[in-house]
Amino acid sequence: MIKFLFDTDTWQEIYSSIRKNKTRTAITIIGVMWGIFLLVVLLGAAKGVENNFNRLFGDFATNSVFVWAQQTSKPFKGFQEGKSLTLKMSDLESIKKEIPGLEFVVPRLQDQALAVNDFKSGRFGVFGDYPELDEVQKMDMVYGRFINHNDIIEKKKVCVIEEEIYKQLFDKDVQPIGTYIKINNINYKVIGMYKKGQIGSGGPQGNIHIPFTTFQQVYNRGEDVGWMMITGKPGFDITQIEADVKLLLKNLHKVHPEDDRAFGSFNLGKEIAKVTGFLTGMQFLTWFVGIATLIAGVFAIGNILLITVKERTKEIGIRRALGAKPWEIKRQIILESVFLTSIAGSLGIISGGIVLMIIDVTLGKGDEPALTNPTVDIPIILIAAATLVILGTLIGLIPAHTAVSIRPIEALREE
Amino acid sequence: MIKIEKLHKSYPIGKGSLHVLKGLDLHIKEGEFVSIMGSSGSGKSTLLNIVGLLDNHDTGNYYLNGQLIENLDEKKAAILRNKFLGFVFQSFNLINYKSALENVALPLYYQGIGRKERNKIALQYLDKVGIKDRAEHLPSELSGGEKQRVAIARALVTNPKVVLADEPTGALDSATTHSVMELLKEINREGMTVFVITHEEDVAAETDRIVRLKDGIIISDEKVQKKSNRISYV
Repeated sequence: MIKFLFDTDTWQEIYSSIRKNKTRTAITIIGVMWGIFLLVVLLGAAKGVENNFNRLFGDFATNSVFVWAQQTSKPFKGFQEGKSLTLKMSDLESIKKEIPGLEFVVPRLQDQALAVNDFKSGRFGVFGDYPELDEVQKMDMVYGRFINHNDIIEKKKVCVIEEEIYKQLFDKDVQPIGTYIKINNINYKVIGMYKKGQIGSGGPQGNIHIPFTTFQQVYNRGEDVGWMMITGKPGFDITQIEADVKLLLKNLHKVHPEDDRAFGSFNLGKEIAKVTGFLTGMQFLTWFVGIATLIAGVFAIGNILLITVKERTKEIGIRRALGAKPWEIKRQIILESVFLTSIAGSLGIISGGIVLMIIDVTLGKGDEPALTNPTVDIPIILIAAATLVILGTLIGLIPAHTAVSIRPIEALREE
Repeated sequence: MIKIEKLHKSYPIGKGSLHVLKGLDLHIKEGEFVSIMGSSGSGKSTLLNIVGLLDNHDTGNYYLNGQLIENLDEKKAAILRNKFLGFVFQSFNLINYKSALENVALPLYYQGIGRKERNKIALQYLDKVGIKDRAEHLPSELSGGEKQRVAIARALVTNPKVVLADEPTGALDSATTHSVMELLKEINREGMTVFVITHEEDVAAETDRIVRLKDGIIISDEKVQKKSNRISYV
């Protein structure tokens, strides 16, 4: 068998048989090529969309929930409904102590403020933040650093600005780090600048981050917390954490346990799960369409080979009269099938790859790309190629069987 | 070489069956040049197919080279055909996308002989049938006589025990017929058993022994009276 595969004559035979039917061979090859081409392109595009979503959400820890206080909607323990609630620093301590499986609990304060640099000014969102924010919502630093613990302890007048703010408050090509800007008439030293993430929080004008403790002092917030970002450790259900936190907060703030409006929350994990579900569905569809097309293509090859065999009945008869054993006829046809499917598969994979490259160049560039890195994993390609070869062998068996089931005498009689 | 005893063969036709060969007895010795004569429907093609292991017989015994032929599967039949038999067909049956040389070399390919060796042997046989210079031509570029010479070379290339020729001159004009028969005679003179099926008296007269077949039975079996320089072609 090995000798058969590496025999020049074997390939000579295949070459002459293919050369004899150029058009038909080409059409057949296109059939299978189209199948694997679709599979590669669709999978690549699906991967690109998935990558894009990952990039959008990539700035946030995906198992996060944001929690803030609102107003009560039910009277409880002597309090009227409509009581305004505020989160306190002590709530955070309780949450950290009581609820298992938490990675970070990050408090934030938020306000609007007028920022001025020389003659330029603008209204921006100002946030009081802890260094841990960088863990929950990755800051893509362009210059300098984010707020550190020293800033928190010493309540330093420092700020981290978004690139958008730099554009509005600074002249082009001015190094912002180390300069001072006025926020509500207080000077802050700029220690870092970051690039806006895909999901912005706060105003569209851009955000300024100052140490949490500085914010508390300057804006006189006492122990109040604007809202908090909570992330769960891997393996802990963020939806359960969300429910536990809210129940604990209701308890701490003397709120009716069934009051759903007292605390607001946004579960990022849940939102992402929806998108991930959509992506899984899309990938399933891709596989389904791709494989179905592939099978259709392989059947086309089987069909063509069957016709070829019918047309070559006489030739096969001659060969058998000359001493070709049935197996020798069979393996030749099967090899022809495998050869055709392999060639078609390779061409499909290559052309699919080229199209993905074109998609990447045209749709995958810029600030808001539709797709990111549309790629297909090598193992998937290998599996698809192996499937092709196996299907090619199986489908080749049908014409091969037909070829030897015709008795040589009948084949020779055929004119 | 070929020994047939009480050979019967019938083909099913609808509900009944057509009894084609009705108990043939025939013994062909090594080195004989035999022709089977008969009109169409006499069963001569069926006989050739059975002798050529292209078809099975119903009852009776068939010995090829002393070996009783029975329970043949396709693989065994293929091996025996390749080893003992060389076929020459009326319609030549060359493979049209292979050159003359490749056509002749094909039986050797199925014997597992390497390409170089194969082409060397094939070229020797093309030389023997006198068309060495046409080796690289495709069948479509050859004349009828040349095609039949290629077919004869192909039949001889495995050095078989018997050459079976089914109406070898049926598609040829009389001049070419003569030269092809001369070639077969020459091959026979070298010791090869040649078995020709024909319905032409002239062709049969070129052989050494004529067996006449009619309606599935042998009606006569006689040696040909050799005349020197006998010319009977019109």
